[in-house]
Amino acid sequence: MYSEKVMDHFSNPRNVGEIENASGVGTVGNAKCGDIMRIYLDIDEETKIIKDCKFKTFGCGAAVATSSMATELVKGKTIYEALQVTNKAVMEALDGLPPVKVHCSLLAEESIHAALWDYAQKNNIEIPGLSEPKNDIHEGEEDEDEE
Amino acid sequence: MNKLIYLDNAATTAVKPEVFEKMKPYFMENYSNPSSVYSFAQDAKAAVDEARDTIANLIGAKSNEIYFTGGGSESDNWALISTAFAKKDKGNHIITSKIEHHAILHTCEYLEKNGFEVTYLDVDENGLISLEELEKAIRPTTILISIMFANNEIGTIEPIKEIGEIAKKHDVLFHTDAVQAFAHIPINVKDMNIDMMSVSGHKFHGPKGIGFMYLRNGVKLGAFVHGGSQERSRRAGTHNVPGIVGMAEAAVIAHKNMDENIKKESEVRDHLINRILDEIPYVRLNGDRVKRLPNNVNCCFRFVEGESLLIMLDQKGVCASSGSACTSGSLDPSHVLLAIGLPHEIAHGSLRLTLSEDTTMEDVDYVVDELKKIIERLRSMSPLYEDFVKENQQ
Repeated sequence: MYSEKVMDHFSNPRNVGEIENASGVGTVGNAKCGDIMRIYLDIDEETKIIKDCKFKTFGCGAAVATSSMATELVKGKTIYEALQVTNKAVMEALDGLPPVKVHCSLLAEESIHAALWDYAQKNNIEIPGLSEPKNDIHEGEEDEDEE
Repeated sequence: MNKLIYLDNAATTAVKPEVFEKMKPYFMENYSNPSSVYSFAQDAKAAVDEARDTIANLIGAKSNEIYFTGGGSESDNWALISTAFAKKDKGNHIITSKIEHHAILHTCEYLEKNGFEVTYLDVDENGLISLEELEKAIRPTTILISIMFANNEIGTIEPIKEIGEIAKKHDVLFHTDAVQAFAHIPINVKDMNIDMMSVSGHKFHGPKGIGFMYLRNGVKLGAFVHGGSQERSRRAGTHNVPGIVGMAEAAVIAHKNMDENIKKESEVRDHLINRILDEIPYVRLNGDRVKRLPNNVNCCFRFVEGESLLIMLDQKGVCASSGSACTSGSLDPSHVLLAIGLPHEIAHGSLRLTLSEDTTMEDVDYVVDELKKIIERLRSMSPLYEDFVKENQQ
């Protein structure tokens, strides 16, 4: 069902945990739908480089693996570069996801955006191309499922 | 890591060696079609007849009340759809429960699209229907009550005898999906006023792709699978002789050992339940503590998601199942867990462990030991748990 990479990131997730006094924290998803991701960013004031990134996820194997991969992909990047990390990039880095799990990668992208948004709000700056995160990534998705 | 502890016996079971031995001759030696005239086919015909007698005996039915089908889902479909057709002049109303198997629920939805009305009875927090509500739901147009004997997810055993009495009193047909119950707990169709009962062979160490329906004499039900004149023209299709023979043998073995198995499984089940409840915090047992299948354990672990739990158990050689959305292929968790009143986020963290008579205390001890570590690990990764801990610190 899952690629080896997904299984690896699920079994040995990178960057699990919290960052105290994080520069930005973003939580997306909802418990009702079965997945919640929280991303913590430690951002260098001067260079705007993401020095550290941690996550916590409640969700399925793909949710854990995509969070883990997303943290790997944004670490060491500037906040502007991190914004360019798409769900597609996360999926590709994991050698793909089953179709029903694609929403997990969207959630991963969204959680990074939410953490960046939090950072931008706290510091009163604007990150070009970043908009306020949706409260619920699953909004609309459920409607699609209904016939 | 070659350990395999199979605790998903409600999904399917291993065919017993004795059962397989009984089936074997009907593949390559006596492969005849029992409907044929020549003497070569007589042995197969006799085997099918004997299997029918055997099964009838086990449930207090007559041989001509047993119809072999392709399994539980087919039997359920047959019971509902053919009753609806047969009784449509009397009425168009069917009563069932919210916790039925999808073979019932989706068939009911199909019937609703075709002009029938269905009442889905609520269940209490343990999964039991209310007899009072059942009786209140009966209308002059009610043609069928279909309530499962025991629930496949949470193991709750419904008050079948009482439901049968109510159905009889109101002259409404009563079907029960006994897929999880037959050969696990005693069933007597006459004592329990059951008009129709669906059973599947592979849930009690018989083969897959075979089942039967008990259809009380006097219930006029047309065919669902049309074609040849097999099964008194009520279920067409060449007899699955090895399947029929294997299912009957499995049923005999299960009934011979039933008292012993119930005692043994209940002990292991209770040990498993007690250890989980005692040793893992923030856990809830789903289903009735007493009116429960001897082989069923179903728990919800807060702050944890079911699919992750299953993958981690799998990595430790444990086969289990969950009612989380991710395992159901939709965004919603199990309809059964929602029907017993669980909020979505709790239902997502469900785990079902279903034993067989071969499951040992050592097996379940190993599972609990691993489970404790897995739950702790998943909680350490869970933002829900983090929030919960922080709230409690304040």
